[in-house]
Amino acid sequence: MSDPAAPRREGREDTGGLRRALRHVAGRLATALASLAAVVVAAFFLFRILPGDPVRAMTEGREVSAQQREELRRQFGLDQPLWQQFADYALGLLRLDLGTSFQYREPVTELVLDRLGPTLLLAGTGTAVAVSLGLFLGTRAGWRPGSPADRAHTAVALFFWSVPTFWLGLLLIVLLASGRGITPGLFPTGGMADPAGGGTVLDTVRHMVLPVTTMAAVVYAQYLMIMRSSLLEERGADYLTTARAKGLRDALVRRRHAVPNALLPTVTLVFLNLGQVVSGVILVETVFSWPGLGQLFYSGLRVPDLGLVQGLFVLFAASVILMNLLADLVYPLLDPRVRP
Amino acid sequence: MSTGTAVPSRRSPARRRRREALLRLARDYARHRAGMAGLAALLGTVVLALAAPLLVEPGELTVTGAPGSPYEPPGRAFPLGTDNFGRSVLDLVVWGSRVSLAVGFLATAVSVVLGTLVGVAAGHFGASGGRGGRVLSAALMRVTDWFLVLPTLVLAVALAAVLPRGTATVVLAIGLTVWPATARLVRAQTLAVESRPYVERARALGGGHLHVMLHHVLPGVAPVVLAQTTLLVATSIIAESTLAFLGVGDPTTVSWGGILEAARTAGAISSGIWWYMIPPGLAIAAVALSFTLCGRALEAVLEARPREPR
Repeated sequence: MSDPAAPRREGREDTGGLRRALRHVAGRLATALASLAAVVVAAFFLFRILPGDPVRAMTEGREVSAQQREELRRQFGLDQPLWQQFADYALGLLRLDLGTSFQYREPVTELVLDRLGPTLLLAGTGTAVAVSLGLFLGTRAGWRPGSPADRAHTAVALFFWSVPTFWLGLLLIVLLASGRGITPGLFPTGGMADPAGGGTVLDTVRHMVLPVTTMAAVVYAQYLMIMRSSLLEERGADYLTTARAKGLRDALVRRRHAVPNALLPTVTLVFLNLGQVVSGVILVETVFSWPGLGQLFYSGLRVPDLGLVQGLFVLFAASVILMNLLADLVYPLLDPRVRP
Repeated sequence: MSTGTAVPSRRSPARRRRREALLRLARDYARHRAGMAGLAALLGTVVLALAAPLLVEPGELTVTGAPGSPYEPPGRAFPLGTDNFGRSVLDLVVWGSRVSLAVGFLATAVSVVLGTLVGVAAGHFGASGGRGGRVLSAALMRVTDWFLVLPTLVLAVALAAVLPRGTATVVLAIGLTVWPATARLVRAQTLAVESRPYVERARALGGGHLHVMLHHVLPGVAPVVLAQTTLLVATSIIAESTLAFLGVGDPTTVSWGGILEAARTAGAISSGIWWYMIPPGLAIAAVALSFTLCGRALEAVLEARPREPR
């Protein structure tokens, strides 16, 4: 919005626009911070006040003496008064300390840092594949609505959208990795590297094929439908008639004129969809034993390790809030029509 | 109302008009092939779920009462094979439809009621509640937006993990996380209804907030809510299976997600026992797809309808 390379406009108008833009940014920042604060408070009370004592939940089904229980309580600071616990937790978050895992007896932040790389790799690749596939097929479908290609793409997308993510992953394992399906043992059933000879790029790619396919298959449908419907809206626009009247070929009209405009809503959606990507990552990593944050979350659920689950809850919510903020801030740069 | 000679009551013209509108909606809907196919599939599934006690012997679904031997491939005795305890997979899937559908419907009911309440209140008081109303409306939408931003699955799983295990918890966990989208939609629709002259007329005649919301806004937003409900059931059924798969479902009941979780923990996946995990997943996909088709057909019908002057 305040591009230094842009030609300077009239001084008064410029500062007015800048002020408006700054106010817009400040407003969005404040909203995001308020959301974040609400998440922090909600996470604390969700995992403490609701019925179910963390220590009891942790030791459920095991022989634990009352003394051991007290010991655990003291260790995790659960014997402190509630306000003291909250203060420790909130101050810890300011120092990026997400709490302590009851299960691993380690700071959650360290566990997160260990697992962040694989998750970013998986989620990034999966999102990239889903976005390019969705945009490409959505353009195809939306440009000729009602055509056989449109109907086929829409039907397939709706089917994949209706399929539970984790089941698609299980299906791929049974068919392509279990050794009893149609192509026995083509891909590994899970993990990120082979115990023997792992670590090479090729090996990692081989382990990524099925998880990435699963993630992309479930998410691309939404991008396809959005791209299709926003292209449909542009189809009747006057500027397309003008472009055609200039004698441009149909493919050029689509590529140069219609698609760039139809892309805008889809771009926002890519940012706003991070919540769905988080869900996808949890499920896909669980199914494929991918050593990332999603699997960490699952392992915390199984115990249940509420310290870990709470830390990851805050982390996931914070990352979604951050992406929403980015979407809000980036959108006016892309689309001059909504500039504040 | 079919007794033509009865003295028409004060409300009967409105009722007749509504009934006619409903009939027109049904007629328009019947023209959508995909929507009708979805509806037929749904009715079939519901009948199957209701008739399950006639088709399946519940005793054979317990681990001890299993009629077959473990991992029998599909054959004459067991059309879809058996699981690791020797139970018939077909029976499990038929029985599982009961919990999966029930949770799907109940969770949708929770979220639709919540979403409609919040949406109508936010829309109505924002449009005609004065200054206090605008503050209330803004507060409601802030809360809605906040829920909308939270990652749904993470919140649902966290709720299900801290509450005591059980079907009610699953219903609550899903219902409390998927309502914000409904609230936003209903609020937008409420604002559209509130700007109509007949609402102003009702207010001018002395209709209070409750009267306007119940008698004018609610009927006006009902079609949109119906379409949204249909789409939400699909989401809820998938969410139920996901929660069960992550191990925070109700372990004492048989549901489609629960069967898949059992298949995975029993190691059926990596040893390629395809008949154990394909049927429940296909069932989920088929039911979710049917609901989605119905919802999309409803949306298309509602959008195509000309705005009737009232």
